[in-house]
Amino acid sequence: MLRISGVHTFYGNIEALRGIDIEVNEGEIVTLIGANGAGKSTLLMTVCGNPRATHGTVTFEGRDITRAPTHDIIRLGIAQSPEGRRIFPHMTVMENLQMGAVTADPAHFDEDLERAFSLFPILADRRSQRGGTLSGGEQQMLAIARALMSRPRLLLLDEPSLGLAPMVVKKIFEIINEINEQRGITVFLVEQNAYHALRLAHRAYVMVTGKITLTGSGADLLADPEVRAAYLEGGHG
Amino acid sequence: MTPRPALDVPAILKEAGLTALVMLGLTVGLVGFRIPDGIGASALETRFGAVAMACGLAFAGRIALILLREKRPRRVLFASTAYAVVVALAQAAPVLFSPAATERWITLRPFDSAVVNGMTVVLAAAFALRAAWMEWRHRRFPGIKERDKAMDAMGARVQRATHFFGPALLLVAVILPFLPMVDRRLLDIAVLVVTYIMLGWGLNIVVGLAGLLDLGYVAFYAVGAYSFALLAINFDLGFWICLPLAGMLAATAGILLGFPVLRLRGDYLAIVTLGFGEIIRIILLNWYQFTGGPDGISGIPKPTFFGLEFKRSASDGGETFHQFFDLTYSPVDKIVFIYYVILGLALITNSFSLRIRKLPVGRAWEALREDEIACRSLGINATNTKLTAFAIGAMFGGIAGSFFATRQGFISPESFTFIESAVILAIVVLGGFGSQIGVVIAAILLIGLPEIFRELQDFRMLTFGGAMVLIMVWRPAGLLAHRTPSIRLSDRGGEP
Repeated sequence: MLRISGVHTFYGNIEALRGIDIEVNEGEIVTLIGANGAGKSTLLMTVCGNPRATHGTVTFEGRDITRAPTHDIIRLGIAQSPEGRRIFPHMTVMENLQMGAVTADPAHFDEDLERAFSLFPILADRRSQRGGTLSGGEQQMLAIARALMSRPRLLLLDEPSLGLAPMVVKKIFEIINEINEQRGITVFLVEQNAYHALRLAHRAYVMVTGKITLTGSGADLLADPEVRAAYLEGGHG
Repeated sequence: MTPRPALDVPAILKEAGLTALVMLGLTVGLVGFRIPDGIGASALETRFGAVAMACGLAFAGRIALILLREKRPRRVLFASTAYAVVVALAQAAPVLFSPAATERWITLRPFDSAVVNGMTVVLAAAFALRAAWMEWRHRRFPGIKERDKAMDAMGARVQRATHFFGPALLLVAVILPFLPMVDRRLLDIAVLVVTYIMLGWGLNIVVGLAGLLDLGYVAFYAVGAYSFALLAINFDLGFWICLPLAGMLAATAGILLGFPVLRLRGDYLAIVTLGFGEIIRIILLNWYQFTGGPDGISGIPKPTFFGLEFKRSASDGGETFHQFFDLTYSPVDKIVFIYYVILGLALITNSFSLRIRKLPVGRAWEALREDEIACRSLGINATNTKLTAFAIGAMFGGIAGSFFATRQGFISPESFTFIESAVILAIVVLGGFGSQIGVVIAAILLIGLPEIFRELQDFRMLTFGGAMVLIMVWRPAGLLAHRTPSIRLSDRGGEP
């Protein structure tokens, strides 16, 4: 579905991505883990065309989107829940969700809204509240719900567990699983919380300073001693 | 409040005494002895009274400083205010009082020199202000945060009140020309205020909704005014035909400006728009063949009421308003008509911006202001969205500009200086970004009041500046910076 091949991305002279090959197949949850500054978020943003890849290609459903403008890429059926949630703090929950639906057919707005609220019942209670007054977990839910409003086939999630309490993290990952299983939405998940992310993933990649160093099924990587040493030891369990 | 520790009186006295001693050392030689001016005077004059006074004041002043330091402002407030008032009165006594009373007041002057007395008054006043500030802050407003909260709540209340207040204001605006106390001068001021309200609402689309800081809004105002003037004079077109044309031309100018500056944000955008405003003005000034340069354009036609003119006698074969309706001619009719024209245009601007907020593009503007990256990640074309904001804001600016041209009958580049942009922006900022009623209030405050109080001359600009500073201190986000959601809960998001 999404194929990233040989992608190099630069920030000025700094090479953030050094030849990345990743494939995400339809119906999968694919996880990318890595430390801070490894280039995970850069990769997700490169998929969306901001910044663009200097070398290599990104194709979505067979279509080359490497040079396409961001708004066109999103309209193809990719949705991104960006790093740090980035909800609109002064707009209400409802307005945030409407913003998510700008690229969608207005005819099924009500239906999509109903589905968003059934996925995140708390948002239904909070619908007239301003985004900025929500708790961190609720904001993350709102960010995901907002991304889903455009009826994407591929959902890009950038660190949905960032800054959330363990209980909330667990809940968020359950919902991601639900989105994938029940709605059939392909998920490409970038995470630092390796334990949860790997348990959830069908396949996973490990990124270190702009390169993919390991790949395999989620369970394999979870058992891999290198991964355990680098990303799992000293916590979680 | 926590109980305060008792003051250490001996220590204070010691510190103040030390200051007085320093003062004594400084003044005894310099002030205490004086060689009188003039030839033949030989005896040394002594002025130990002044020295004693200086030491006494230094002693008192030091105590005041200590008390302020210890956060006990009340006594300092009373004492220094009393001192400042008494000495100021004593100094000003010859002007204020009868000669007999002056005799008595003059004895209260601490020093002979008016300058020195004045300086002590200023110092005392500074102490008083400092103490008053401290006192006031501690008593009424425990902290800036709480104050902001209280102000926000007030803003929200006012915002809610606009449901009733808005229509009432509208009613007043509509019947204004027929109110008994409204004369020609007041009506002229009203026209001016409503023009600025319209400009404020137009700029509010760009700055308030889309969050693009535009310091060159007057450029569109100028484009609209010149478009109308040139179209009307060269092609003999009427006001109502030119109005949309001028709006469109201004919108085009907005798009032309928009293209190169879309990548810029915040301060950089502001600088470029500022430059654009100046470019337009300088082009108007220098393109003599086309715009008449500094001479401007005169003889711009007045608007007509469905072809009826507002003149004493109709020009070549036409009919005038008063003839058609069989009224006696009154020059005020024209102003009343002009007032209704601008009121109508302003209301169109208002209802347009209220409506568009609820449409996807309006909501996208607001979202763009909040978070551009999030907007892009949702598939919004940031470039086009900004362009529409610029174009639509410019269009309303242009329409207001053509109104300005037709009302004045004469335009020149001098009417479109940067200060106009600044005033319009100030209206939007003071009103509270994105608040429609806030713009009205701010326009009345900033345009109406200075006009009404024109007699006060320079002081009105001083108050203008003072009011701006106070608002920025108390309401940094503007008077009514409370955003109302574009949808209410009961709507259930049922709109398309």
